Amino acid sequence: MRRVLPYPLIALALLLSWLVLAGSASLGTILLGGMVTLGGSWALASLAPPRARLRRLAVLPGLLRDVLVEVVRSNNAVARIILDPAGQGRRQSGFVQIPLDMRSPQGLAALACILTATPGTVWVEYDSSEGIMLLHVLDLVDASEWVRIVKEKWERRLMEIFE
Amino acid sequence: MSVVLLAWAVLLAQLMLLAAMGCAVVRLLLGPRAQDRVLALDTLNVNAAMLLLVFGIRTGTSHYFEAALLITLLGFVTTAALSKFLMRGEVIE
Amino acid sequence: MIHAAELPVWAAVIVAVLLLLGAGLALIGSFGLLRLRSFYERVHAPTLGTTLGIGCVLVASMLFFSLLQRRLVLHEILIAVLMVMTTPVTLMLLARAALYRDRVERNGSVPPPPGVRWEGGEER
Repeated sequence: MRRVLPYPLIALALLLSWLVLAGSASLGTILLGGMVTLGGSWALASLAPPRARLRRLAVLPGLLRDVLVEVVRSNNAVARIILDPAGQGRRQSGFVQIPLDMRSPQGLAALACILTATPGTVWVEYDSSEGIMLLHVLDLVDASEWVRIVKEKWERRLMEIFE
Repeated sequence: MSVVLLAWAVLLAQLMLLAAMGCAVVRLLLGPRAQDRVLALDTLNVNAAMLLLVFGIRTGTSHYFEAALLITLLGFVTTAALSKFLMRGEVIE
Repeated sequence: MIHAAELPVWAAVIVAVLLLLGAGLALIGSFGLLRLRSFYERVHAPTLGTTLGIGCVLVASMLFFSLLQRRLVLHEILIAVLMVMTTPVTLMLLARAALYRDRVERNGSVPPPPGVRWEGGEER
């Protein structure tokens, strides 16, 4: 099984996106999509990415909901900052160094995607030897507050899923 | 009723997206540094993809969807390659 | 726009609102490119268009074509998945490239590389 289909979840996602793109689920489409999926899986296996172990998927729906809420909330906040007629004088932006406990590469990638996809924060750099992440924040009031938000709101739950 | 409403909404959305692309082009020309221009180019790509989707709604055909998908794909590759170039001075090491 | 005549009014209202919201967010984001002061601030601006902005337009497009063709049209989800996966990567790469260039020039407004303390640069 592992030799024919090295990454079953990724293969399933690939097949589903093929069907959605073709807009039908006829036998021919499924067969062609299955061939493409097999080829893609083998190509991916030859790259040998580190395998992710997903634990505690029960945390995932709540996490996705919180990401969506946070994206909407920060869209609103950043739009207000850009349109603020008082100008850009008082607001401070800056870099924050955040020490992370998470070491799983998939978890770090997920954290980077969450932080960068929410407007107002951009993941800039990660130092893997010391586990320190550099974050740029558009509206920086209190750096320690951001350390707390990242660690308690996102990192803890991502560690439950990926480690 | 729904035709008039949608026609106006689509027209307004197209004008707003054109204005957004105008802003991105101004930043593309002003710079001041190379990373500003790459960021403006990326924004231009996303705005163009959205404009194509709105065009699709206007004409009622889904052909524009494929163009939008291609633009987002190419935009990603372009920006990634340009960022790599800014960092190292060469794209392929 | 004659083809839209068969669309129910409630759907037309939702599609119109989503289109205007999405285009408006994209406009604000691109306007932020002009308004914000430094590169690291400007990196944040286009995220408005690439998250909620294009999301609204995609949902509008899905709703419109599903009702018009009387079948589920879902291929817009592919663009959404693509944007979700690629936007953070491009912005991160770009921010890192900018940081690298500023560090090479010893620009005092960026933090030094980890483990290094600049003699001239200010400590943040």
